Amino acid sequence: MVRAAAAAAAVAAVLAFPALFGSPFPLHVAIMTLIYATLGVAWNIMGGYAGMFSFGTAAFFGIGAYTSTWLLTAHGVSPWLGLLAGGIVAALTAAAIGWPCSNLRGHYFAIASIAFAEIVRTHFNNWKLVGAAEGLMIPITPGGLRVFQWNQSKEGYYYVALVLLALALLACWAIARSRMGFYFRAIKESHELAMTLGISFVRWRLAAIMIAAFIAAASGTLYAQYVLYIDPESVLVLPISVQVVLVTMLGGAGSLPGPVIGAAVLVPLSEITRAQLGARGTGVDMILYGALITLISVYQPKGVHGFLAARLARRPAEPRAAAALEKPA
Amino acid sequence: MSALLEVRGVTRRFAGLVANDDVSFSVNEGEIVSVIGPNGAGKSTLFGCITGFLRPDRGRVLFGGRDITGLGADRICRLGVARTFQIVQVIADMTVLENVMTGAFLRHRGRREAGIHAMGVLEATGLAERRNQAGSALTIADKKRLEVAMALATDPRLLMLDESMAGLTPVELREIIELLRAVRKRGVTLVIVEHVMEAVMQLSDRVVVLNSGRKIVEGAPGEVVKDPAVIQAYLGERYRA
Repeated sequence: MVRAAAAAAAVAAVLAFPALFGSPFPLHVAIMTLIYATLGVAWNIMGGYAGMFSFGTAAFFGIGAYTSTWLLTAHGVSPWLGLLAGGIVAALTAAAIGWPCSNLRGHYFAIASIAFAEIVRTHFNNWKLVGAAEGLMIPITPGGLRVFQWNQSKEGYYYVALVLLALALLACWAIARSRMGFYFRAIKESHELAMTLGISFVRWRLAAIMIAAFIAAASGTLYAQYVLYIDPESVLVLPISVQVVLVTMLGGAGSLPGPVIGAAVLVPLSEITRAQLGARGTGVDMILYGALITLISVYQPKGVHGFLAARLARRPAEPRAAAALEKPA
Repeated sequence: MSALLEVRGVTRRFAGLVANDDVSFSVNEGEIVSVIGPNGAGKSTLFGCITGFLRPDRGRVLFGGRDITGLGADRICRLGVARTFQIVQVIADMTVLENVMTGAFLRHRGRREAGIHAMGVLEATGLAERRNQAGSALTIADKKRLEVAMALATDPRLLMLDESMAGLTPVELREIIELLRAVRKRGVTLVIVEHVMEAVMQLSDRVVVLNSGRKIVEGAPGEVVKDPAVIQAYLGERYRA
């Protein structure tokens, strides 16, 4: 009862947020939070569930942003179609790079993902077709849902970001309880064990990478439509990938709400500290930000969600844990 | 009747060391065959060559008349060969039921069907009451039991056990021997690589003895332990009558 009421209140608050905080800055922070939460959900599917630690999310985020923006500016294709196209291009790219990398494990996969993302960034920096280092500008239109653009207020972006996050969470939830989710967790535990249970880890790892790439790319299109200008420095850089990993790890990797909690804590923190302290160029915002990350990872390695879950579960869990201890080892 | 598993002249080298040298034996449907030998005899290498974790340099492995030499471990599992590990492996952050469901998904795509199949296996392996415990919370003996359950959930025709009985108490040992007898009754053929002679003597229809990578003797457990070559290579002076 209490949990259901709390959930209903949270949903109502999220839906009413633009009405309550109509001014641009809170809404901007909320939109960035939703975008990073969605990226976190994407990362969580491959990193949290399937155990593939990637620092390359920005590559797929950027590919999504560039695909839809280029289709729009060069061919007048609707950004909504561009969103789908970007997702597909990103998933195919992920498959092409994931195939040769499918035997890389642990640290080696992480290193390869950084290398891949940097190759993509360098490539876009020099690719004349998509504006090279100058990037691409999305022309201003009267706006509206049909053209995926709002110029009077940020509300439209807020709700699109919310829907995108909801869809990503739904996908993650469905995956987690299906065969695919079980296989991801088996692969994360041990490749040997997974193979022993008849699981082709090459195939399932590719599935995880492609799904994550698709979701990240969809977020990229949303971001491009939101800021109306993209260049390699804004959508393809390593700090984006790192932020996505942090959001998920701090919130709780391998849990459904983890990335959302992590984004809700981290993104406002980083946006607000930057807005308040960043302009002085002292780096105080980054110091605060780093200190918080260190604190959480030292004291709550399972993330904020792990901490909350443990608190909620403490009472009923005790007798069972005690019973387990009584059995002689 | 043709053999379920046929190992033909398997040779595997590691940088000059011959771990398996021209090893051949076969296992019939419904049999329990043990592979024994002193440390370094090549048991684990042979195990790896059969289950697809290692590729033999020479020789062939046939399963149900089909050549499975060099196939990936996951494909070999799908054909009906399951295995357990010397160092027990379960999925730590899954419950016992979820662990077994992961195996059951191989032949039951739906969550419900996999769950039902997994529950059946848990009943048969005596783990039903522990179904909601985390895999990491089990005792070693129960983890080994769980590993057998996960393997059985893939509906194998052949189950290969890699030193499953090491480090168990006499009571736990008796229980796992009971379990393996029950597994055989389900129609599953067993190949056991084992150090624990008590289990080998009680369970096996036949024993294959390896020493320095070669098969030195094969026969009924009672005969094998009396064989002078085996006594010299493996059992030591203590066992001389």
